[in-house]
Amino acid sequence: MISRIHAITIIAESLQKNDLVVSTTGMISRELFITDDRSGNFYMLGSMGLVSSFALGLALLNPSNRVVALEGDGSALMSMGTLALVASEAPRNFLHIILDNESYESTGGQPTITNQIDLAKIASSCGYQKADRIENGDQLSVALTNSRNNPGPRMILAKVGIAPVKNIPRVTHHPIDIRDSFSNAVSNMLPK
Amino acid sequence: MTPIKPYTFWGFLKSRGVHFVSGVPDSTFKQTYDSLITDDDITFVPAVREDVALGLASAAYFNDRLGAIIIQNSGIGNVVNPLTSFNLIYRIPVLMIIGWRGYGGPPNDAPEHWIMGDKSPSILKTLDIPFESLEADGFKESIDRLLTTMTEKSLPGALLIRPGVVQ
Repeated sequence: MISRIHAITIIAESLQKNDLVVSTTGMISRELFITDDRSGNFYMLGSMGLVSSFALGLALLNPSNRVVALEGDGSALMSMGTLALVASEAPRNFLHIILDNESYESTGGQPTITNQIDLAKIASSCGYQKADRIENGDQLSVALTNSRNNPGPRMILAKVGIAPVKNIPRVTHHPIDIRDSFSNAVSNMLPK
Repeated sequence: MTPIKPYTFWGFLKSRGVHFVSGVPDSTFKQTYDSLITDDDITFVPAVREDVALGLASAAYFNDRLGAIIIQNSGIGNVVNPLTSFNLIYRIPVLMIIGWRGYGGPPNDAPEHWIMGDKSPSILKTLDIPFESLEADGFKESIDRLLTTMTEKSLPGALLIRPGVVQ
């Protein structure tokens, strides 16, 4: 099993300029921020569970760009109804990545229930085109490549270890700067 | 006063740039909601919950559009966290069209609407969210006033709609 920051590094390396990424509250946004701080990243500092619906809106409005929702198992469980909505709206450009460490690591590592519940199976039964369950870095790289070359909505459920990054900083950008930077990124991607 | 017709209501909002809407239905504006679903000039996403609608509609801001949600006031509780930790801190405007069940408190409407019916305006006030209580008479001016405030302050805003104001 790989650490979450390692998974985020692999994901960041796979990103292309026009990809829009929305990352969930807590450590996932902080780890993405220190790994690859790009204008096409929207760090959702609060609102646990909201990334998937916000990313779905972005995907529907920007069909020629890939939109990546990056969240944890706790966040995905909090808004499980959105899995059904994503499948029902079925945007081909939607990639849902869940970094599943079976815990609320940002608040101290309390357990979630994904040691018993397989979110990839739920996504599949909702109607995602594909939902890969990933156990190591090589599988993650392959799944990311496949997700780029095949229509979505797709899910990558990456099982990751609990390995907090010591002294990790908060996202230092002001929310309005995150908004404006992301807004510019979306505008610059619109067909000229 | 005759209730506002669905065609008139959406026609006016479309003239103000509202073309992306997500929501959860309410009997307060049944016909208006039904006509939204079939409106070819509006992208409509049927949300599974009110916070999901807000997340979806907020995306429109990044395409230089004004997103809207249409919900019942019982769902105000479900949008408080996304409003306070997302829309209000990032300053992302969304128009919230809210059916006002339980208006005036008991004995109006069903028991589950009494408290939220009474508290809806004060919750919006507490959150510093601009709102208008819509009347059929002068509804265009009321909506324009709200949209102007939302644009100037870059804030979400709400239209509270009592039964009988919109079809």
